[in-house]
Amino acid sequence: MSGNGVAEAIRAENIVKRFGSIVALNGVSIKVHRGEMLGILGDNGAGKSTLIKCMTGFHQPDSGRIFVDGTEVVLDSVDRARSFGIECVYQDLALVNTLSVYHNMFLNRELRKPPFGLLDHAEMRRRTADALNDIGVGVPSVEEEVARLSGGQRQAIAVARAVYSNARILLLDEPLAAMGARESGLIIDLIERLRTRGDIAMIMIAHNYAQTLDVCDRVVLVQHGEITFEGRSAETSVEQLLEIVRREYRAARRGL
Amino acid sequence: MDTTPRGAGGAKAASSAPPRRWGAGHAFRGFLIQREASVILVAVLLIIYFGFANPNFITNNNIVTLSQFVAAPAIIACGEIMLLICKEIDLSAGQTFALAPFLVFFGARFGLPIVVAILVALAICAAIGLLIGLVTVLLEVPSFVTTLGTFFLITGITLTISRGFPATPPGGKFLAGILGAFSYSEIIWALVIVFLMHMLLRHTRWGLHTIAVGGNDIAAAEAGIKVNRIKVGNFMLTAALAGFTGILEAYRVGSSDPLAGGANIMFFGVASGVIGGTALTGGAGTIVGGLIGAIVLGVLQDGFTLQGINAFLFDGIIGAAILIAMVVNIRLGRLQQSHLR
Ligand SMILES: Nc1ncnc2c1ncn2[C@@H]1O[C@H](COP(=O)(O)OP(=O)(O)OP(=O)(O)O)[C@@H](O)[C@H]1O
Ligand SMILES: [Mg+2]
Repeated sequence: MSGNGVAEAIRAENIVKRFGSIVALNGVSIKVHRGEMLGILGDNGAGKSTLIKCMTGFHQPDSGRIFVDGTEVVLDSVDRARSFGIECVYQDLALVNTLSVYHNMFLNRELRKPPFGLLDHAEMRRRTADALNDIGVGVPSVEEEVARLSGGQRQAIAVARAVYSNARILLLDEPLAAMGARESGLIIDLIERLRTRGDIAMIMIAHNYAQTLDVCDRVVLVQHGEITFEGRSAETSVEQLLEIVRREYRAARRGL
Repeated sequence: MDTTPRGAGGAKAASSAPPRRWGAGHAFRGFLIQREASVILVAVLLIIYFGFANPNFITNNNIVTLSQFVAAPAIIACGEIMLLICKEIDLSAGQTFALAPFLVFFGARFGLPIVVAILVALAICAAIGLLIGLVTVLLEVPSFVTTLGTFFLITGITLTISRGFPATPPGGKFLAGILGAFSYSEIIWALVIVFLMHMLLRHTRWGLHTIAVGGNDIAAAEAGIKVNRIKVGNFMLTAALAGFTGILEAYRVGSSDPLAGGANIMFFGVASGVIGGTALTGGAGTIVGGLIGAIVLGVLQDGFTLQGINAFLFDGIIGAAILIAMVVNIRLGRLQQSHLR
């Protein structure tokens, strides 16, 4: 069913989301195909994270529709979105500092064992160690409290959690923000590996224009809750994107 | 979760250290880990001190007395610890404690079989917890405030239905014995409940999610955990445990007093938890620590009673001792952590 890169995985149509008087999203539409990676660029507060959170069931949009595999769905909870294979690395990483690495890896999808359905700590430890080995990002011990890890290590765990969860639609909100060059490289390798599998659709939010154009197939630019640019990475230049942002910035200055 | 390697794997980086915590086969070792170890030390030192200071301390009679000092706070602590872990508290647990035996009494008078009357009483206590929980999470009132309200509300209800008079718990000798009249029955209940609550906290999703909610409620929600459900559930659990403790005490004493328990028993429960190493900042705590905290408090009360300390000074001395025990435990805990790493 997959691998040809044509089937549409997820589409959001005319999403509007307000927080009180703030209009975070004002009719945004995006879509991603299987095997494709979409980059979302935009300034701070543009509404990028809000858009992603509407696709993970964390936020309910005020209006707009969401389609998974071409069928309209209502993502009224994180669990519901997860049941469609939607996984997310949140910008805040969604880690619990007082829990160990492996409990964070399996947060809300814990492994249990018969006969009483108690937690299978040993198996969770083992799989967590395997997953982190596979990515190659070092963590002192899977039993370590997450609070004791470095920013990059924490980020690696958040990424590993989403990636190793059988995600079919993977949403990454600034997954490289806290990472050093080597770790960024490892994560990008991982993302590339996932992409060559061809059945996963990915959306990545980032602030580094050059890197995003390099990694993603397509990019969109979000400004003030609206999409102001959309294009294939191969046909888009950093200069072109910066020009749009600058133009917008100058217009705002004049408006003051 | 599928973790089969998907490509040329990276360097061996993450290590799976030998199971130190949480392992099922290491249940006993789990009993003696990190946080608990320092409070165990405090308890042992106190027992040694009172053992030498007073020859009557380690006698069968006194151990019965001691166990009765320990049991009630230990059970109350189980609930309060769950709440503290998810950053809540129930200040009215002692009031629910006083109400429950009257609910049993009136249930039995109403014609219910006693066991059913007890179950109904516990259900009503849980409903009180439900109310506290819903007000707290839906109206976003801090539980400190909500339960300050129910603190007086429940006392009012208890005084009204009892008309201010004590009642004799219904039922025959056998049932009374199981519930509290036999010397060791209350402590046996306490140990069973501590064991079950320990399992709930460390080995079930509910426990893990309780820690997650207290540690980072946004992260928990982003992971799809129903934060409000966890909190409300723990309020219900705490109220039901408090009610059950009240029933046990009523059967042990042979009478239920509308003004029993109250702030005193609730604070003993909370103090047990805190002495045992449960952080008031949420996201961490241990049930076994709470039991040992209750033992520390029991030893202090019982030990000073045996010493024949001036009744006026008693509370002051207990208070100072609790403070010292907490500080020592927190200090020891810090020391231990920095050495373990
Ligand atoms: N939970 C919330 N409650 C109220 N306002 C919110 C909430 N979340 C986001 N907002 C507002 O919505 C707008 C968009 O926020 P969002 O987090 O989506 O921005 P972003 O594009 O991800 O920015 P950044 O690059 O800084 O992460 C901002 O004005 C923000 O203040
Ligand atoms: Mg953001």
